[in-house]
This record gives sequence, C-alpha cells and structure tokens, in this order.
Amino acid sequence: MKEEIIVSGRLNHLIDPQLHIWHWHIPLYLFLGGLAAGILFFAALYTILGKEKEYPTAVKLAPFLTPALLSIGLLALFLDLNHKLYFWQLYTTLRLESPMSWGAWTLMVVTPASIVWCALHIRELFPNWDWKFNWLKAVETFFNQYKQHLAWVLLISSLILGVYTGILFSAFNARPLWNTSILGPLFLTSGLSTGAAAIVLMSKKASERHNFARIDLMLIGIELFLIVHMFMGFLASTQVHIEAAHLFLGGPYTVPFWLFVVMLGLVIPALLEFLELRGFHMPYFIAPVLVILGGLIFRFIIAYAGQASRWLY
Amino acid sequence: MRYAMAVDTLKCVGCSDCVVACQTENNVPIGFCRDWVVEVTDGTYPRLEIEIRSERCNHCENSPCVRCCPTGASHYAEGGVVLVTPHKCIGCGACIASCPYDARYPHPDGYVDKCTFCLHNRVEKGLDPACVSVCPTKCMYFGDLDDPNSPVSKVLKNRKYKTLIPEAGTNPQLYFLL
Repeated sequence: MKEEIIVSGRLNHLIDPQLHIWHWHIPLYLFLGGLAAGILFFAALYTILGKEKEYPTAVKLAPFLTPALLSIGLLALFLDLNHKLYFWQLYTTLRLESPMSWGAWTLMVVTPASIVWCALHIRELFPNWDWKFNWLKAVETFFNQYKQHLAWVLLISSLILGVYTGILFSAFNARPLWNTSILGPLFLTSGLSTGAAAIVLMSKKASERHNFARIDLMLIGIELFLIVHMFMGFLASTQVHIEAAHLFLGGPYTVPFWLFVVMLGLVIPALLEFLELRGFHMPYFIAPVLVILGGLIFRFIIAYAGQASRWLY
Repeated sequence: MRYAMAVDTLKCVGCSDCVVACQTENNVPIGFCRDWVVEVTDGTYPRLEIEIRSERCNHCENSPCVRCCPTGASHYAEGGVVLVTPHKCIGCGACIASCPYDARYPHPDGYVDKCTFCLHNRVEKGLDPACVSVCPTKCMYFGDLDDPNSPVSKVLKNRKYKTLIPEAGTNPQLYFLL
C-alpha cells in the first residue's frame, strides 16, 4: 500500500484538499458564449446564403439575445477574476499560446459585431425606430452596405468563440479530464445545438422550426459521437486519463452526466425532434428547453469534474 | 544561467522548518504556504519504506502556467525562475488550473502567488533561498546548473535523483535525491 500525505499541513484556500479555483462563473460563461456563438453562426450563415426571408427568426430576431447573453457572460468572467481592477491587462497584449488571451480578444470582436447586427435589424422589433442623431444613421447606412462582410466576420468569429469555450479547458494538461482536443469540437457542437434550440423556441414559423429541429437533430448526433469518442480516447490513454474517465463511469459524476446531459439533454430531445419531424405533434418547446438545460449542465459538470481530475505522484 | 534546487529525500526529516522560513521571509499570508512537506509511506507493516520530500514550485523549463497566462504576468525571470508580476495578474486562475503540482494559490490581495526561489530578496544578494539556508539537516542544495561547481550541479553529478511527474512534459527543475 502506498500512502501519500502532506505532513506540513498545507491547506491553501481553493487549492486544498481539492482544486476549486473556478466556481459557477466559468461554466455559465462557457454556456452563454456557446449559445451566443450558435445563434450568431446561424444568423450569419443564412444571411450569406441569402435565405433571410425563409428564416427570419434566425437572421433577424434571435440575434437580439446575443448582446445580452455575451454581456452576462462577460460579467460572470469579470466576477470570477480575483484581481478585478487589473482586468484591462487582458487587452494590453495578445498571447496566442494562451486560449484565455485570444478568447478575450475574440469576445472584443464578437460582442460589438453582435450589437451592430442587432442595430441593423432594430426595425424588426420597433418598426418606427428613429436613430435621432444623423451620425448614427450614417453608421447604420455604412454597415448596411457591408452587411455581407459583417456576416462573414460574425460567421468566423462565432466559430472561433464556440470552439474556444472548449479549448480553454483542453489546454490544461494538469487536469487530465480537460486535456483532450475533442473538447473544442464538442463544445462548439453543443453551442451550435443550443443556438438552434433557441431559434426553434423563438420561431413562430413552422417551416423554420422544422429546419432547425432537423439541424439540431444532426448536431445532437455529432455530439453523441464525440462524447463516445472522448471516452474511447480516455480509456485507451494513460492511467490518469483512465481515472478521469472513471469519474463518469462509476465515479461521482456518473449519474449527473449520463442522466441529465446524455439522456435528458441529448437522447430524449433527439427522440422528440425525430418524432416531430415524422409528423407526431407534441408541444414543440419541450425538446429545445431540454437541449438548452442539458448544455448548461454539461458545462458545469465538465468544469467541476475537470478540477477533480489530476496527476498523481 | 539555470537555477535549480535539489532536495535529499534521505536526509529530510520532515520538520517543516523550510515552510516556516519561507512564510517568514516572504510574508506569506496566514493560512497559505509556498512550500510544503510530503510524506510517502510505501509497503505493509513491518516492511515499510518512507520518503519525505520538501516540495514547492518546480520552476519548470516548459511551464504550463507561463504558457496559459493571458496577460504575461507569469513569466520566466533570470535563470529560468518562474515569477508572477502582481500588477499584471488579473487573478483569472488559469495558471492555478494549469499547474500539475498545485504549487500556486490565489493571494488574498487578488493576484496569484507562488515560490520565487527567493530570487529578488535573497538569491540576487548571493544568499541561498530561505528554505535552503534554514534546513537543520542541510538536505537542500541550490544553485546554477550551468556552473559545474555550484552545490546543486555537484550533488546531481554524484547522486541518483528523480523529478515529479516528468511525464507531464514540464521539465521540472526541482530534483529529489534518492
């Protein structure tokens, strides 16, 4: 038997006995960032494809959520900082090695772009909107001219934002559970899925709802595939990775993960969407609400379980 | 120049003097520590083996904490010592999550704090780090690995040693003599 203890009584706050440096702020932000990225991706995609008329909710209405989602996410990030008054140091440098650095810069692109996008569509919500100031009108005219370019900026930056929410975790080799490159595509897919679900919830047009239910179904399929892939990778890897996988395969996170994330957040909504597309009518909001809740719980579980996984020596 | 430290696990008695010396020298806030002592007991009674290690930041050559710091607050200083610049640190915790040794902690003032090898307060003045100089069994060796006559170079030449979690790819510079 091998027993290893710290005999000098180390009890550093938030580090011992188990790392807990990140609380609710980070997973909440990752969820909101992913959701916003999903919504903006579809708005940009259907603008570029010239399908604004077919999918009005996705292009014109749902993006109104994103500045709020991103702002709440940024507020959560700010609250998470321990040295808050120095937050501006993030924007004095760009360090490509650090996902948190280029992620912060991505937010500086996505957030203003999402606000401009909403401004261009403000008359969808308020038909008699008047900007009052001439320079604001000039700004609107300017961006209206370059709307396709703006859509491309949103398309690319939303993909970066979505994938970054996962890469943020996967860059830490000290936490074996996070240290898998699958996490980037997995969080991106999950973000796109929650974005599609939000559009289904908001849309009043049956054909649009059907289209996004179909997209969501496909994304859920990819997510399930990536989750299986992630566990296959862990189980075929080193001892610490096998132990990380066992947090979900018999360990303390087994029930929350397989019940709330996989069953209620992926499998059941996929079944409901499948039945809906096959013509069985049921309350259409159940599946998207489950997808969104599943996405939120997924971020929390990965954030917390990751801090419980570690190298042993 | 490459500063490194070696700890003799055969001489260390686990008295924790190094911990107290560090806390006093570096004004470590109450309830925290930059170094600590690990005791590993292996085997079944009466055949027991014990290894005692005084541990701290490994001042890795390939530091995950320096890599993931978004502001450049965590950096390599003179001799490869890994330091944090408090007024650049935003306290995001990325470096804390990235350290496989859990050697960092959030200072109550907000920034992230850790072992500095006493670089500015002692080593630059030609003194050993506080933990090394106070050790009653003289089980710690500090110095420049590029200098073949430094205490740490000499002892590493003559003794078997190991580092902690070398498989994490960090290339740690805290050596444990076996």
